[in-house]
Formats: sequence, structure tokens, C-alpha cells
Amino acid sequence: MTIHEFLVAPAVACQRTGPQDDIVTSSRVRLARNLRQQPFPSWAKKPDRLRVLELILPAVESLPQLDPHFATAMDELAPLDRQILVERHLISREHAAKGVGSGLVVNREESLCVMINEEDHLRMQALRPGLQIKECWQAIDALDTALEPKLDFAFSPELGYLTACPTNLGTGIRVSAMLHLPGLVLAEDITRIINAANKLGFAVRGLYGEGTEALGNVFQVSNQMTLGESEAQIIERIGKALNQIIEEEQNARQLLLEQKPKIVFNHIGRAYGILANAHTITSKETMNLLSLLRLGGELGLFEKLGRSLTDELFLLTQPAHLQKQHTEKLDAEERDTLRADMLRERLRNIPRPQVPAK
Amino acid sequence: MLCNVCKQNEAKVHLTKIVGDKMQKVDLCDECSKEKGVEDPTNFSLADTLLGQLLTPEAPAAEPEAAAEPGVKCPTCGYTQADFKKAGRFGCSDCYTTFGEGLGTMLKSMHKGTKHTGKVPAALQQSRAEAQKVKQLQKRLDKAVAEENFEEAAQLRDEIKRMK
Repeated sequence: MTIHEFLVAPAVACQRTGPQDDIVTSSRVRLARNLRQQPFPSWAKKPDRLRVLELILPAVESLPQLDPHFATAMDELAPLDRQILVERHLISREHAAKGVGSGLVVNREESLCVMINEEDHLRMQALRPGLQIKECWQAIDALDTALEPKLDFAFSPELGYLTACPTNLGTGIRVSAMLHLPGLVLAEDITRIINAANKLGFAVRGLYGEGTEALGNVFQVSNQMTLGESEAQIIERIGKALNQIIEEEQNARQLLLEQKPKIVFNHIGRAYGILANAHTITSKETMNLLSLLRLGGELGLFEKLGRSLTDELFLLTQPAHLQKQHTEKLDAEERDTLRADMLRERLRNIPRPQVPAK
Repeated sequence: MLCNVCKQNEAKVHLTKIVGDKMQKVDLCDECSKEKGVEDPTNFSLADTLLGQLLTPEAPAAEPEAAAEPGVKCPTCGYTQADFKKAGRFGCSDCYTTFGEGLGTMLKSMHKGTKHTGKVPAALQQSRAEAQKVKQLQKRLDKAVAEENFEEAAQLRDEIKRMK
């Protein structure tokens, strides 16, 4: 079975719902763990990495929490399949670039995903739709506890879990949420929010994490400090910050509708116009316009447009997902045409936006 | 106490510097301290230079920075301080011991604190709890012996033996 056959189709995956998923698209908690006495992946030679993979992979695969799961060595995955996993936020771009000696285990629900020999020997993550950071922590904490007796984790009573990069030291935890913030972007208030989050010790990044653009007005907020605070304290603190950002986004949307309704309707109307009628469109433009369509749906401008459709299109129009739907190798220009074809087809039965009656 | 520099006069100026967990002391007489330009012993940057000048050539082994010289390799994985400077990451978990000197300052700038307060592996937690219990039993044993309560002492001794 290939990874593509194993994972559920985007149309099904996008039906998943969670608390506050109008703004929080997904939550994630990641733990970094390493084995004692073994060189960290980036310093390890190929045989070292293979040895670690052979130690970790069977241990992870034996966990009942992961059933049913798909496990693979990264070098056995085609580049296209790796890119699909990145677009689905299951693996990092760094892990997609890994070859011999790295591995991956993911469960069918896509709620648990373990990267082996990424920057650390183990990067385990729990994912949930909407705002569910506590649930993610409970799931990954249980997975970690189940692995403990099977693997010899590097731990120091003073410094906690020892990681390749000292920025992850201690708890090795990274709590993050993907936030869709078109209101704050339109209100030109997003910089203030990012600065405030930074001041509190949280990183705000783009759609694919470190060093990426905030395509489609999607921002990833995560904790930066991992030592000197317990996991529960970190979750509590970032939870408060996330709730505050959610509130700011809600206020921004409300205020825009009250003070600058024409600007909002104009953006959404034009986004619909282009997406439903274009004959060639880039991935970047598509994501930014789909973000406005999603906003329009949430503001009640589209009667028949559900969130699951915009989310599905957001995924399906990305380069690797688009390529996967076609057998022949596409160049960028061909992809832009086929992307536009798909969007016109899928939006054919969605009537144009109606300004809600006052 | 004689002056460290001229080794003749009584030392009147005492400088102390703490690097990591090691303490360095320099004692100077009035004349030598003036000659070295130490007018205000609380001027730490000046004290640093002076201590560096005085101590490095005399006792290089006592200089803690020596441990962080590029020549030092992690015995487990062969990583060097220079590798860390370049990559910003360590070679293996033992590097935290090998290059532990000065780590505190870096961690302080990165994190909320420098001591782990989060999850502890269950096995360790258990052994920690057991060690605590042995300690308590040992205390009771000492007390019992002091009170010449030998029956209880024997019981406690056996219990400690079982736990170890």
C-alpha cells in the first residue's frame, strides 16, 4: 500500500471539525526525544542513523495507539509523496528532504505522526482540528510514556530531555496552532499582534513553519521556550495567548463590517470572481483568494459554501496535490491551467456572494 | 598573606572572580595594585583583565575556559566546541556534559529558566521516589540507634537492605 492509498482523501479529511475552527484550522503538540549514547541525526554518519532507525521504528510501530498506521523509510518515498505530506502538515520540509536513515510513522486519522531522525532522533506529534492543544498534549504524552520502557531516552534531571538544539531542551515540547487571520490582515493590524506574541515569547510563522510566507493569511503560533516551565504551564500560557488572538480576529472582522463593509465585500467579491472564472492561476494567488472566500463564508455572504469546500480546495490546489491528480508530469504553467479548471468546476454551483441584509 | 605579583609585601587588595563553579583569587600589595592600575577593586571589567593576565600564564590548568578550547572533543561522539559554534547544535546528548561549562548563560537567554521542571520518565521518577524513601529510612535508623532502640533499628536495617 502506498501512503496515498493509506491516507483518507482530502475531501474526507476536510470534513473534520473542532472547537473554534472558524479561526483555528489545527492544533499540534510536538515532542523531541533522543536516544542516549547515539550521535544526533545531523552529526551521525549513515550507519549510525540506520542503527537508530532500526531501534526506533519497531518500537514505534508496536504502539497500539498508532493503529492502523503507515510506516516507511524516507528514502522509499517518492519526492512527490513527501511533498504531499508537507502540504498536509504531517512532516516538516526538513524531514521531506531527508534520505537514507530517516523514517516516518503516521496513523490513518492523521492525528499522530512520528518523524524518525529529523533534527532529533524522535519528533512525535499529535494533531487535531480546531483549538485542541490540551487534547494534543494528552495524546502525545501518552504516546511518549508508552515508548519510554522500549527506548533509552537521553534525560538529565537538571536539563530535562536532551535535544540536538539547545532551543528545544528540557520539555522538548513545541505547542502550535494554525490561525486563519484574514480580518487582522485586512485591518492592517497583524504586525501589532505578531509583535505582541513575540514579546510574550511566542513565534509567529508562515503556513509551513520556519522561514515560510503566511500564504492564505494562515499563521502558525508556537512557544519558543522549552526549559524552566512545565508542559502544563507552557500550554496554559500559549492557550491564553491564542484565545486573545482569536478574540482580536473576531473584533477585527466585526469592526471591518461596521466601518469598512465596502472594502470587505469588494475583496470577497473579487476573490470569488477570479477563482470562479480564471483560466490560469498560481498556487499562491489561489491560497490568498481562497482565504477571502473562506472569510466570506463565515461572514454569511455565501449560502452554499461550506468551510470544508474551501479547505479542501486549499489543499487540492497546492502543487503536489494537484500533480497527484494527474498521471503525466506537469510543469508550473500546466499546473496553473489545471488548477484554474478545477476551481471553475468546483465553484460552478456556488452562487456569487450576496451582501447580507441589514 | 603575600602579594601574588612581587611576593614580598603584605597583600592589601583582594580580587575574586567566579567563573562557572570555580573561584579565582588575586591578592596584591598596595604598590603592585597601583602599578597594575587597580584603583577601584569593584571595577569588575578591570579586575577581569588583571585576573586574566595574572592567572593564565601561571596556572593554565586551573583556567576553566581551557575546557572549552577547540581541541576538546566529546568522548562519545567526537564533536568539538568549534562544531557547536558553527552549527548551533550538539553532536550527542553527552555533549551537554562535555561542553556544560558556560551553557547556563546561553540557556538563560533562550528559556524561561535553566532547570527542567517538566515531565520526568516514569522509571526515573520511581527510582527518585525510592531513593527518597531509603533516605528517610536511614534517618529513622540513625535515630533508633541513637536511642538504643535496637529492635526497631534491626527492622529498619533489613528494610533498607531489601530496597537496595
